[in-house]
Amino acid sequence: MTPTVVLPVVIGGLYAAGVYLLLDRSLTRVLLGFLLLGNATNLLLLSTGGVAGLAPIVGISAPEQMSDPLPQALILTAIVITFGVSAFMLAVIYRSWRLVRQEVVGVDEEDRRVAAQRRTDADDLDPDQLAPEDRPAGHADSAAGRAPTDLQVERLLADRFSGIASDDVELPPTHPGQQ
Amino acid sequence: MTALLVLHLLAALAAPLLVRWWGRQAFLALALVPAAACGWVLGRLGTVTGGGDVRETTSWVPVLGLDVALRLDALALTLAALVTGVGALVLVYCARYFDPREEGTGRFAGCLTAFAGSMLLLVLADDLFVLYVAWELTTIFSFLLIGGAGTRLAGRRAASQALVLTTAGGLAMLVGLILVSDASGTHLLSALVADPGDGTVMVVGTLLVLTGAVTKSAMVPFHFWLPAAMEAPTPVSAYLHAAAMVKAGIYLVARLAPGLSDVPGWRPVLLVLGLATMLVGGYRALRQHDLKLLLAFGTVSQLGFLMVLVGAGSRELASAGLVMTVAHALFKSTLFLTVGVIDHATGVRDLRQLSGLGRQLPVLAVIGSLAAASMAGLPPLLGFVGKEAAFTALADGGLPDRTAALLVLAGLVAGSVLTAAYSARFLWGAFARKPALPDAAPPVAHAPGPLFLAAPAVLAVLGLLAGVAAPLVDHLVAAYADTLPLIAPEAEHLALWHGLQPALGLSALSLLGGAALFATRARVSAVQQRMSLRASADESYWNVLQGLDRLAVLTTGTTQRGSLPAYLGTILVVVLALPGSVLLFRAPWPEEWRAWDTPIQAMVGVVVLIAAALALRIRQRLSAVLVVGVTGYGLAVLFALQGAPDLALTQFLVETLTLVTFVLVLRKLPKDITERHRPRERVARGLLAGAMGVLMGCVGAVALASRTATPVSVDYPHEAYTFGGGKNVVNVILVDLRAWDTLGEISLLVVAATGVASLVFLRRRTGVVQRAGEELTGTAGTPAARAPRGRWLSASATLAPQRRSVVLEVVTRLLFHTIVVFSVYLLFSGHNEPGGGFAGGLVVGLALVLRYLAGGRYELGEAAPVDPGLLLGAGLLLAGGTGVVGLALGSEVLQTAILHATLPVLGEVKLVTSLFFDVGVYLIVAGLVLDVLRSLGAELDRAEDEGDPIELAPGESVLR
Repeated sequence: MTPTVVLPVVIGGLYAAGVYLLLDRSLTRVLLGFLLLGNATNLLLLSTGGVAGLAPIVGISAPEQMSDPLPQALILTAIVITFGVSAFMLAVIYRSWRLVRQEVVGVDEEDRRVAAQRRTDADDLDPDQLAPEDRPAGHADSAAGRAPTDLQVERLLADRFSGIASDDVELPPTHPGQQ
Repeated sequence: MTALLVLHLLAALAAPLLVRWWGRQAFLALALVPAAACGWVLGRLGTVTGGGDVRETTSWVPVLGLDVALRLDALALTLAALVTGVGALVLVYCARYFDPREEGTGRFAGCLTAFAGSMLLLVLADDLFVLYVAWELTTIFSFLLIGGAGTRLAGRRAASQALVLTTAGGLAMLVGLILVSDASGTHLLSALVADPGDGTVMVVGTLLVLTGAVTKSAMVPFHFWLPAAMEAPTPVSAYLHAAAMVKAGIYLVARLAPGLSDVPGWRPVLLVLGLATMLVGGYRALRQHDLKLLLAFGTVSQLGFLMVLVGAGSRELASAGLVMTVAHALFKSTLFLTVGVIDHATGVRDLRQLSGLGRQLPVLAVIGSLAAASMAGLPPLLGFVGKEAAFTALADGGLPDRTAALLVLAGLVAGSVLTAAYSARFLWGAFARKPALPDAAPPVAHAPGPLFLAAPAVLAVLGLLAGVAAPLVDHLVAAYADTLPLIAPEAEHLALWHGLQPALGLSALSLLGGAALFATRARVSAVQQRMSLRASADESYWNVLQGLDRLAVLTTGTTQRGSLPAYLGTILVVVLALPGSVLLFRAPWPEEWRAWDTPIQAMVGVVVLIAAALALRIRQRLSAVLVVGVTGYGLAVLFALQGAPDLALTQFLVETLTLVTFVLVLRKLPKDITERHRPRERVARGLLAGAMGVLMGCVGAVALASRTATPVSVDYPHEAYTFGGGKNVVNVILVDLRAWDTLGEISLLVVAATGVASLVFLRRRTGVVQRAGEELTGTAGTPAARAPRGRWLSASATLAPQRRSVVLEVVTRLLFHTIVVFSVYLLFSGHNEPGGGFAGGLVVGLALVLRYLAGGRYELGEAAPVDPGLLLGAGLLLAGGTGVVGLALGSEVLQTAILHATLPVLGEVKLVTSLFFDVGVYLIVAGLVLDVLRSLGAELDRAEDEGDPIELAPGESVLR
């Protein structure tokens, strides 16, 4: 099909204006850009329907003279949805103004916080950076240089319990503090 | 078999309830389920040893050819008996292990029973994908059981480590299973083993399946998750991490070995990893002080041993492997349960602090010694029988390659020396008197009762009995082993006494070596200390994980800078670069152009473009909104010129409503928009925007030029009239041909309306608009006292006099009902003429706008005394209901039916059911407009009138 000059130029102009406004930091301008983009897209859809024709109503115009009804149906709902979404955006603008007296697409602080983050969760830390009681079982002996050996512990315990009669069944001293 | 599985599922679901009713005694009832399963399985012993099998198939996903195929043969029976038998005993043990007051026992009981069921499914499954599902189920329950309530950091980390490793292996295995079943053209394990495919796909698939088995059974270098998993309560360690789950990898290898052991790579991978695991596990078990950890590394070591045996792919080693699997399950769960009793009785598991326990708990000491002796390979226990069989097999054959067989034999003997050494260390550590410690340190606080000791006792005695009755066990084992080729000259049968053979010497050697290692433990410990590496697989795992975390943070940090214009700019640049270059180089450019369809089109186009250009620079909010509105109205004219009256109508209405809505909000904002961009940013934006404009303009032209096929809509006019019963093709498309789309779109409108309301209303989000009461309208002294007497609108008297306009009130009074009637007319005529639910709803919305503008917020309440939420809901219900009715009448969802009837007064009436759908659309659009007016209009007015008081309940806070 043969395109017209007028429609692509209008579509391009609306897109350019819409994108320019969309890139603004003011929410009002973003919304205006959104509306312009919506208009541009609707026109683009319509123009792909082909040459202008008569209204697609049976009985008023012959089927071969009709304009393509399918893009029209798509655009019709798009128009109404654009209204719903812009009402929502307006509510956002109002809310933003009430809250912080600004209607600006600000810098996302959460994104910045993640970008600046250096630490990871404790659940993903290297075991060596954890308190000993939180280290995984079996990890302890990989850091064997610091852990005392069996013999050392046996000697240590022997020292601690020295002087206590080992067959004294009546008073089993388990904790040195109770002696 | 299906019934048994369902029984497990039901028991798992009921478990929390049972525990709440009966406390820890509920475990005894739960134990009946696996016990029953065990009884059933053992009842099939005759069939299976005779070479037969039991099969059951339930259809699962017929489209994909997936069935829940279950099969009980000798291998499955052995494993199933272990899983159910040990499961039942462990549940009995739990009835005494847990403190009656402990929290979370119900959840634990449910998970453990569900695990038993999944494990049973795993060993019974004959379908590859059912096996996979069961495999992952065991992973999940293991995760839940290790993590417990998730309050301990070490528990959480151990649980997630086990999950990450085994799931990674499981995913590799899934890919492998798909490849293998593709290469051999079957889903069924039995068919796969009988007739495996070949080629590269088969090799790759097999190796991937082995990855799953290797991670699940904790082979080097993935062995470290198993010791870490000892965070779980001891019954879990005894059941999942000794008897059942870690055997899944062994089971899978044993299951596939008859068919796949000759696949290249199979033997090298399994033998090398198995031997390495056996030695590493044994070596590290000698260094543990925690009895449970000692056993955990012992398990790692034994799993390596089993992997070598079942992976070798010969009859004699497979037979030894199956016996060892049974023996290991029996002695290792006994030992874990023993440690549990010790822990329970003394509160200590560190062998450096235990002394003289053997004398205090003699029964436990006997039980533990029996099991440890079986582990070390002492006659007449089952462990000895299995080990002896393995040595015999390797001495005579066992592997196709003699040298390899001897090397493996040497490795196994070395591993067995370590095994004997840590068995002795366990016994000494748990029960012996240590000279340096007092005789009974620490004292036994809770002496174990008979029921608590029952489970380990039964398991230990079974190990002894099975060892003595080895020839009987041989029948069962042979039924599986005979599916593999015999490499040795003759098949050796299982027995305690084979005569004086090299194997007997090797057994003695390993026991003596173990004893020697134990006797010189001080020196061994010192050597180990000196040789200790500062790195471990566990540490590497965490380093990898931390690296991943850092990479993720880095990626997020570099790509997510927090600026919306920057994100949009990136997206747009990509759009320009990719579709843009395609457009430049590949697209079919139009060969001829027309200037316009009509000259008016060009004139309107110029107006639209000028308005759009103005919108860029105007700083006054209202003016900017108005010029954008001009583009909208211009568009409506373009629609009309193109031959789209419905669009033009809708666009006019929506544009008007948008303007009103804007004004409602803009009255609360400052007059001007603050400029926040530097000149350089504006230039960049301008360049990007200009490029996008050119691109989209070209897209428009190229899209039209490349339209050569006949449009799908060419038959729509005919279909619209015959099937849809309407003359307005666009409307029929909306309510019939593409009604699903419309249903989605009106749902979106409902969401948008709800969003608007919830952003404006701080507390109450439903309800009707406030109506004017007596006190506001009638009496003198109100602000309206000097306003005109005669009331054209019921609530306009509530407005301040300076805000009232008599002309507007009169016009509204005269027009309102006319407009409403007109909207209903549009709704009903829309099927045949321009109009329809959308247009009708917008018109009634405009009528409400008129009332609101003329009479204020109370007037809106008078005009529409309904909750907008009700309108939205009713509309959606009606539209959706129409679809369901179509379904109920036997046709398709949202299909239109045409009803003819002759009524007395009206004559012939033609009713198209899609009208009801359109009524739904009408209600939703009207509801949307009302909701917007209520929120952005009336509620904002109310906030201003009343100085925005919000009565807070005590302790309530409202974010404004």
